[in-house]
Amino acid sequence: MPHSVSPSGSPSRKDDEELPDAPVDSAAANGGVKLEDMFNEDDDEEFPASNAQDVKMESSPVPAPAKYADNGIPKYMEAHRTDQKLYDSAPAPGPSGVDTDVMLAFYQRLFPFRYLFQWLNHGIVPTRDFGNREFALTLQNDAYLRYQSYPTADLFRKDILKMNPSRFEIGPVYSTNPRDRKTLRGGQMKPVSKELVFDIDMTDYDDIRTCCQKASICAKCWAFVTMAIKVIDSALREDFGFEHILWVYSGRRGAHAWVCDARARNLPDDRRRAIAGYLEILRGGSQSGKRVNLKRPLHPHVTRSLDILKNYFAQTTLVDQDTFASFEQAEKLLGLLPDKSLNESLKRKWDSSPDRPSTSKWADIDALAKTGKSSTLNTSTLRDAKQDIVLEYTYPRLDAEVSKKMIHLLKSPFVIHPGTGRICVPIDPRKADEFDPFLSLRAMNGSDIKGARKLQDYEKTSLKPYIDFFRSFIANLLKEERADKREREETAPPIKADPMEF
Amino acid sequence: MIRQDAHRIDPKRRATIDPKKRQFATPTYKQQDYPHRLNIYDTPPTAEITLEQFEQWAIDRLKVLAEIEACSYRNKSPAETESHITPLLQKFLPLSSNTASSNGAADPRLRNERQKDHYSHFILRLAFSATEDLRRRFARAETMLFRYRFQKDDSRERRAFIESLNLDWEPVSEEERNQVAENLIGATLGLRRVDEETWYKVDWEKVAELVERRSVFMKRGKAYVPGREQLSMIMAEFTARLERSLELTSRALPRLDEDDRLTPILNHLSKNFGSAESVYSESEGHVDGAAITASSIDSLSQHFPLCMRSLHMNLRKNNHLKHFGRLQYTLFLKGIGLSLEECILFWRQSFKGKTDDEFNSQYKYNIRHAYGDVGGDVNRRGRGYPPYSCQKILGDNNVGIGQTHGCPYRHYSVDNLVGLLQSTGVHDKEVLRGVREDVGKQRYHIACNRVFEFSHKNEIKKVKEDGTWSQADLDTIVHPNTYFKRSYLLKTLAKAPPRGEA
Repeated sequence: MPHSVSPSGSPSRKDDEELPDAPVDSAAANGGVKLEDMFNEDDDEEFPASNAQDVKMESSPVPAPAKYADNGIPKYMEAHRTDQKLYDSAPAPGPSGVDTDVMLAFYQRLFPFRYLFQWLNHGIVPTRDFGNREFALTLQNDAYLRYQSYPTADLFRKDILKMNPSRFEIGPVYSTNPRDRKTLRGGQMKPVSKELVFDIDMTDYDDIRTCCQKASICAKCWAFVTMAIKVIDSALREDFGFEHILWVYSGRRGAHAWVCDARARNLPDDRRRAIAGYLEILRGGSQSGKRVNLKRPLHPHVTRSLDILKNYFAQTTLVDQDTFASFEQAEKLLGLLPDKSLNESLKRKWDSSPDRPSTSKWADIDALAKTGKSSTLNTSTLRDAKQDIVLEYTYPRLDAEVSKKMIHLLKSPFVIHPGTGRICVPIDPRKADEFDPFLSLRAMNGSDIKGARKLQDYEKTSLKPYIDFFRSFIANLLKEERADKREREETAPPIKADPMEF
Repeated sequence: MIRQDAHRIDPKRRATIDPKKRQFATPTYKQQDYPHRLNIYDTPPTAEITLEQFEQWAIDRLKVLAEIEACSYRNKSPAETESHITPLLQKFLPLSSNTASSNGAADPRLRNERQKDHYSHFILRLAFSATEDLRRRFARAETMLFRYRFQKDDSRERRAFIESLNLDWEPVSEEERNQVAENLIGATLGLRRVDEETWYKVDWEKVAELVERRSVFMKRGKAYVPGREQLSMIMAEFTARLERSLELTSRALPRLDEDDRLTPILNHLSKNFGSAESVYSESEGHVDGAAITASSIDSLSQHFPLCMRSLHMNLRKNNHLKHFGRLQYTLFLKGIGLSLEECILFWRQSFKGKTDDEFNSQYKYNIRHAYGDVGGDVNRRGRGYPPYSCQKILGDNNVGIGQTHGCPYRHYSVDNLVGLLQSTGVHDKEVLRGVREDVGKQRYHIACNRVFEFSHKNEIKKVKEDGTWSQADLDTIVHPNTYFKRSYLLKTLAKAPPRGEA
């Protein structure tokens, strides 16, 4: 075999032993093909040079070379990436894009298992709420393990460290331990409760974003997530009376909400569907034409949302995105306006100056309407149509299926998004405007992970504010749970007689 | 460490009944005197009836319920359903109001009617609690029956009945009502002034139906419901109670220590509640002699109903379909007799942009699952799911952004629908006008049948004249696969006249 010859006799032999994980990772990631790539001739040339650098880094971490700064991998992982570079000169990262060592170090040192446990357990003493909870692990080789469950936080941590999953998801609490499902007759294991969850994903915004498409996001389109958080959060709090709502950055291009109130956790699927329907204003697929068709007067929820969204529309849609700049988008806008003759005069105007920015186009609607070029135009119809347009371009687009089913799995907070390497940190909805998905955890570097261990490890990293936020969130939740429990015990409901007992 | 056994009952809470004496205790049965025409079936019957009555009453009720279910399956409007079942109810399950007799509720005739209603309901509960599917269908049909009767009820009696239910409705004080007057008007359709109505505050879970449609004002988890929405609340209450007790019944059923008198009757009853899905039998879509392979789908697609045809066109245009589109289309293809291997081949060829690996890992499993090739035991035994009926496709009221499944008649805007029809070769003004009208009246299946009749008008005329097809063969189409089969047969008949009808 050619590769057994090339490294021999050089100092890199020693490296091979020190970093056994790297080749394993690449092999698992890319199958047999990568094995050959790893030891191709280019690599041989790179060995001496990068090896020297590597040794230095083991003793005292140096700032990582800027050459990787733009490949989507946060700085705190770059030291390790350089190690791997030795073996894997191809730019394609593994399935996870995150080094398995870093992942493991993250779980060992930083991941807040204890708080995650308390959050799902609703108390300190392990209960069914945690023990019967389903976890689903995605392993480094992309295998997907469902129906994992753990009696205590320690066993949970132990298993995660053993498996070192690239991500894991949280499912519902079942009536029995999910691990026993094979021993039960069909239909015996039923989901009992789960947080009510919401998922906002930027892909649903593709037809109204001009800056990015598909998986990529930028600061401009993050504004859509911010406004979605505000609208949904205020509806859940004010209308439904939920208080414990945890917003979590999804790691790439969206956000998740976990409504943790006991009342929300125990909702059956049809009630979840009702909430999803209540929050859904945009209806219909790509072929449905106008997607917001609201009756007047507007429902208080819509009125409130409109108040929140108006300013965002002016800034994000009209200025940042400049949505109506292109011909197609302007056409689409005209399609949403009610009056034919107004549309024609607008079209004439916009055709004559194709570069007109969205703000002016939006202002044109009112301006031309006022000059009274159309006799058929009804001012209130136009106002209603404009409100509908504002909503169509800014109102949250929820992935409703996620919310409707109790059994739906959702990525756990604080795991690393395998594609981007970003950590799914909580977002404080009161400060949603300040959250910047690109800033999150960029400041961490290798020395944080390898630092001394007197303080809790996370407290030395930029993860601290997020974990502190999570902790205070849990404290509030637990306080209420305890009060609830006491109340329940005092006024235990009388057990109803079985109606079939005759 | 002392371990608490979960099954052990706290001694303080243990029931203090001596099980040895229990069977000799005098039963505390309550004879019912049926003061109201309606019954929410909370108390099971306890009096004796003969075995003949047991069977006869149950069969009578079953006939009514089966008709109700059939009406809903055929997508009949409430008015049509009403006119259909009124005579049936009169014949099999009459239920008169108190005013029908001079003696009021004490009249023995009324008593007997109500007793029969009451007993038959509970007998069917026993018969239909065994499986999840039966329970669901029974609850649905019973709720529809209850709704129908509730609406027919005399308003004074209705009020008395509602009061007897002791629902947890908190009236809204005048002061509070005026505070939120604006919101109440905004939330409630067709309301001019808030003082027209009496308002109740209820937990929103009780009126999930109204919440989903966004037609109540919500504040901190309470819904402000106007008096006229009583119906919705009562229905929710009825369904909830019925589902709960059906669940209990099913658990008690194995302990129904019964000799061989009732069990055969019950089994017989539940078998006779023929599944509504079975209106479409498995072989119905198959066409003998047609070569159905991956490569022939393109040419066969001219026989597809619009929903499938638009999916096919989208697939060819984008080389991709989203999940629910794939599911709907795969099941349809399965229904027309495309084998699993051919189906996988078809999708493989259609997804041009995907590599084999991507296809195998992301899509293949779902196709196999739909065919029942993989998945749980139930799925495999049932050979996957049945092809979607029109009712199922129409019932999907959540066709999301960028999705193309569903029924074009329902989920497309009228202009897009007409455009689509024209692109499939339907240009006739009269037909398009008819379609617009039908869609406006929400009679989507009529619109689809109209298009079918138009595009096959010559063939239909021919088979009618020949007398080879009776009127029953040309019944309204309520299943996409029926559409295909009929279209295919008609067109092939026209091409090659039948030679002596084998």
